[in-house]
Amino acid sequence: MHPAFSVIFLTTLIGAAQGLFLALFTAQSYAAFKLLPQPDAHAFYGQGSLLALMLLVAGLGASFFHLGHPERAWRSAAMWRTSWLSREVLVLPAFMGVVFLYGLAHWLDWHPVLMTLPGGLPVDPSAILGVAGTVLAFGLFICTAMIYACLKFLAEWHSPLTVINYILLGGASGFTLAAAFASVTAPELVSFLGGWAAIITLLGLVSRSASLYRNARLKPKSSLQTAIGIKHPKITQKTQGFMGGSFNTREFFHGQPVAVLRSVKWFFIVAVFPVPLLLLLSATQGGTAMLAAAFIVQYAGLLAERWFFFAQANHPQNLYYQSIA
Amino acid sequence: MTQLALVIDLNVCVGCQACVTSCKEWNTAGSAGPMVDQNPYGADPTGTFFNRVQTFEVGEFPNTETVHFPKSCLHCEDPPCVPVCPTGASYKRKEDGIVLVNYDKCIGCKYCSWACPYGARELDEQQQVMKKCTLCVDRIYDMSMVEDDRKPSCVKACPTSARLFGDIHDPESAVSIAIRESGGYPLMPEWGTHPANHYLPRRKTRIKIHDDELERADNPLKVDRQLPKPAMNEPTLDDVTTW
Repeated sequence: MHPAFSVIFLTTLIGAAQGLFLALFTAQSYAAFKLLPQPDAHAFYGQGSLLALMLLVAGLGASFFHLGHPERAWRSAAMWRTSWLSREVLVLPAFMGVVFLYGLAHWLDWHPVLMTLPGGLPVDPSAILGVAGTVLAFGLFICTAMIYACLKFLAEWHSPLTVINYILLGGASGFTLAAAFASVTAPELVSFLGGWAAIITLLGLVSRSASLYRNARLKPKSSLQTAIGIKHPKITQKTQGFMGGSFNTREFFHGQPVAVLRSVKWFFIVAVFPVPLLLLLSATQGGTAMLAAAFIVQYAGLLAERWFFFAQANHPQNLYYQSIA
Repeated sequence: MTQLALVIDLNVCVGCQACVTSCKEWNTAGSAGPMVDQNPYGADPTGTFFNRVQTFEVGEFPNTETVHFPKSCLHCEDPPCVPVCPTGASYKRKEDGIVLVNYDKCIGCKYCSWACPYGARELDEQQQVMKKCTLCVDRIYDMSMVEDDRKPSCVKACPTSARLFGDIHDPESAVSIAIRESGGYPLMPEWGTHPANHYLPRRKTRIKIHDDELERADNPLKVDRQLPKPAMNEPTLDDVTTW
């Protein structure tokens, strides 16, 4: 497939935002149970939510560049019963709204006790919004990943590993960003968030390696024989019917030599996993520059990872476009 | 339930591209707007087409066969492009099974083209909406045309009658009979899309001619025997057999 930068930025930006929100609410939950010191709510939760919201808006903005008719984008909420893309279109704004309200509740110090848990823990609006946001964050990960994983023709994507990778890689970049952000606003949480970022990055390494291993061993279900229905071991295309390009030759081919594909793969394997891990582990006691570098390197790696994700997928329609003339 | 479809006979397709040009001619002039060409006289021309004819070589030299392969939307009975559309712009008509795109609802997200294993959908570069074969839906129901013209443009154009059009759910239609009796098959059956369009395979036309069909066994005058002619006084079959 041809990797579209609009979709690469959409999936990586909102993935980091979802991970960042999950990191914020994880810290709040730990603090509620007195497992972590209570950070400055204004700076950490309030501005952290604002940062997540800005990433979400940037991702949503990038997605509009993918559309031929962005002014009709509102129509895409219609078919949520059948289309994962439609479901994503509904869940993304819902998640943005909850992140906004969550940040607002912390910013305004709006903490009326709505009910009390059996242990005597007070539940305020930010806790309920946090739970709703967590559900929506995971829902959005699933919707985004299922857009690709539900397409059975693209064997490289048609796997539960696609969903797991989107969750873990988005979560890793979000927790790394949260650690870098906490080094400025809530230094007491840096080792906690950095530790989780390292753990999720390691889990991401395992699941992404599993999908690389799987995809390297796929056997295509379709062949030229089934594509034109002629049972002969040797069929070659003499012409695809036209000399110039068409949508079919642009949208489904990445057009890069194998060497580029291989270098992008190794770049993302290094930039998403070991480099941020080393930076995270060496900066658990602070070190904003190191943590910021960890996030920037990991995010750059994720851009490459997403590019490779698209480029690696081999569409069966390509069987019909093997030879110009 | 009606399911309109094309049946394409690969045995008689000669790859003349008449269906490609007549399709483009009819559909670019329709009320839905042109099928736009970009850079048509430049170095890298490109444009929207509903139908293409490709050519494949089967076998190894010298035992090869050239197969011309017309390719358009197959109007699947279980179209994978329809449920993925987020706006409902892609739909399959209940009344005749044609898969269509509502150009006024399409947002140009290209997701349906990813979900089609045949590459039947193309994004129009100028209108920025997804386009595909409509089975000439603006033609086949046009009562102002004589009945013989109410067929897709490609079917009308084919000089060798390689393209048949009809209802594959009617067991007595010409297309159903062709599928049933001439070995019609769908493309990429492994995906379970149940394409409505079928293809008829290449067929070897062989006729076994026995020697006695060329030369009468009973040939008293021996007029069409091989040279040199036998003498007239040699015995004929009538002389040596009893009937």
